[in-house]
Amino acid sequence: MSREDNSSWLKTGPHYWDGDYACAEGAIAAGCRFLAGYPITPSTEVAERIAERFPLVGGTFIQMEDELASMAAILGAAWGGAKAMTVTSGPGFSLMQENIGLGVMTETPCVVVNVQRGGPSTGLPTLTGQQDMMQARWGSHGDYEIIALSPSSPQECFDLTVTAFNLSERYRVPVMFMMDECVGHMTEKVVVPHLSKIHVLQRRWYRGKKERYRPYVPGKDLVPPMVKAGDDFRFHITGLTHDERGYPVINAACQSICVTRLVDKIKQNADRITILDEDRVEGAEVVVVSYGISYRVATRAIALARDKGIRVGSLRLVTVWPFPERRIAELADKVKCLVMPEINLGQVYLEMERVACGRCRTKLVPHCGGWVHDPEDILAAIVEGAKP
Amino acid sequence: MKHTNSQADRQIADGKHHPLEPYLRMDRIPHIWCSTCGLGTCLNSFLTAVRNSAIPRENIAVVSGIGCTGRTAGYVNLDSFHTTHGRAIPFATGLKLANPELTVVVISGDGDLVAIGGNHFIHAARRNMDINIICVNNFNYAMTGGQFGPTTPETARTTTAPYGSFEHPFNLPFLADSCGATYVARWTALHVRHLTASIGEALERRGFSFIEVISPCPTVYARRNRLGTGLDLLQFYHDNSVIKNGIDTRECDIRFQEQLIIGKFVDEEKTTFHDTMTGYLKDAVGEKYVPYVGPMEMPGNGD
Ligand SMILES: Cc1ncc(C[n+]2csc(CCOP(=O)(O)OP(=O)(O)O)c2C)c(N)n1
Ligand code: SF4
Ligand SMILES: [Mg+2]
Repeated sequence: MSREDNSSWLKTGPHYWDGDYACAEGAIAAGCRFLAGYPITPSTEVAERIAERFPLVGGTFIQMEDELASMAAILGAAWGGAKAMTVTSGPGFSLMQENIGLGVMTETPCVVVNVQRGGPSTGLPTLTGQQDMMQARWGSHGDYEIIALSPSSPQECFDLTVTAFNLSERYRVPVMFMMDECVGHMTEKVVVPHLSKIHVLQRRWYRGKKERYRPYVPGKDLVPPMVKAGDDFRFHITGLTHDERGYPVINAACQSICVTRLVDKIKQNADRITILDEDRVEGAEVVVVSYGISYRVATRAIALARDKGIRVGSLRLVTVWPFPERRIAELADKVKCLVMPEINLGQVYLEMERVACGRCRTKLVPHCGGWVHDPEDILAAIVEGAKP
Repeated sequence: MKHTNSQADRQIADGKHHPLEPYLRMDRIPHIWCSTCGLGTCLNSFLTAVRNSAIPRENIAVVSGIGCTGRTAGYVNLDSFHTTHGRAIPFATGLKLANPELTVVVISGDGDLVAIGGNHFIHAARRNMDINIICVNNFNYAMTGGQFGPTTPETARTTTAPYGSFEHPFNLPFLADSCGATYVARWTALHVRHLTASIGEALERRGFSFIEVISPCPTVYARRNRLGTGLDLLQFYHDNSVIKNGIDTRECDIRFQEQLIIGKFVDEEKTTFHDTMTGYLKDAVGEKYVPYVGPMEMPGNGD
């Protein structure tokens, strides 16, 4: 189905959707036509929506036997040429880690949705958390860089799922879509734009001579173009450390070249990848740095602080990884304090503290999970932070 | 589906030094396998089947897991994927569903496919996923130095069963059969012609096919059990294999250094996962059903 001849697959117009449904529709809008998953609260509705919608839009949904299989299947599907996604929550996310690493190593575009709940272990199956943020960053073994986004509303679950796919295609990396139970289950107005207003990035196919194809010859942006199985490239990919041909080379020199590029292609493009949402940051004495559902709660605390006459700005991390080091460092030079509420005991905060590096105070507003912050707790941190 | 032309008709000339050169990544030879290991023979059989097959070379993809056998994907001059330990089958499942035109072959070890990957194995067979499994059974985890696994015969010695293994091993043809595989065969690395023909047949069949290849691992399994070289093991296969085509797979148990029942045990037609899914959804969803149209048709307006 081309975009033009049949756009009924896109539900242009206003809807009243929860974040999970909006994420599913965002994936469809992004051109995702393969989803493999295993049910887990609070992410199941994404798969349910997809199971219902895919037969109407030319997609294949398969419920796999577990999350190890789901993650492996989307990697296979991506190499078969599909835009592919899987969706899960904490326990399933843990099971996916090894194959997320394979996706990183083989530079396979795909999207992994994690509708976070409280942990560790089975934790709080039906209640919210933001406790998998560091797992999204470091969950698989070895050194690598990853891209992660965190939506704050059902509308963003739609919009940013499209962005997640675009980033995964652009940088050939699994993109972590870090929702949480609140955003996944909250129902709000979601407007699906007209087809022409949605920017969807097509896979960047290799266009050179077949005989000259080598899977891992990167462009200037450090990202190699893709091919897919069945087109007579007869390529090889492996999770082993490999050279430009994709062939295993097990030594320190090749490891250095291979891993350095995997890391650099994200690091050097960080400014292009990073999406931040700022409000009244210029001239602020305190800036609240937040993401996901915690941003929504922080908004209330910020309003209360402004009522008290405190100059508070807001910096929302739409992309959490790669961490926006440059911007945070700039702010650290200007403000008295950076405050971060997150529904964990300090994860992304550690990065903020590292980057601020003593140039301003930093304050964590922790929460164990199960519910969102009380705005008063964030307010207290802002008031503290504004003190001379 | 019967094809009439072979690769030879498609003008892929045999190699100068070896007829299979066009199907091998010659720039990766020599391979890492030990001398008199059975894996070279398995690769040879597979590639000969590919060469004789009418399926265009570009439509065949190989997926391997991790292990000595898992290295196979790295030597075939085909689209080939060396994945993670145990996950070759789900990777192959995604690949096949994303591009149903492909003939997808999983070549991996006994440990990879039925220990760490056992769950995927039984479910892919249950779904009748249209993929071909070639399982090289060397009775142990060879790559990691020869530990016991789910196919190690009772009393056989391995590094982690220094007094002999006391676990009951899987009878793989029975496992595959009872989970719904539509083609089930077992050969040894000595039965090159049977094995090659069997792989060729499986490539043609639609559905979940399973071929077990009993294969010598002289370096770790045989050495620890004082079974001699690969050549000695081939002699053992010669003296102790009995071909019993069509036999009830329940009778295919393997005991330490006893008779080996080999042959083609199951060969039947059953609707594949893909055909069941599309057929079913067509009925259930009706006119509105839009089947998956393959990889090139992704919506997207480029950059
Ligand atoms: C998750 C994980 N666990 C363990 C290993 C270590 N490992 C590598 S190969 C292998 C066993 C392979 O055995 P088998 O599949 O029978 O292949 P063979 O080497 O015998 O051909 C193991 C346990 C690994 N690579 N990954
Ligand atoms: S260790 Fe065994 S299975 Fe592995 S290559 Fe050597 S002989 Fe073959
Ligand atoms: Mg083995």
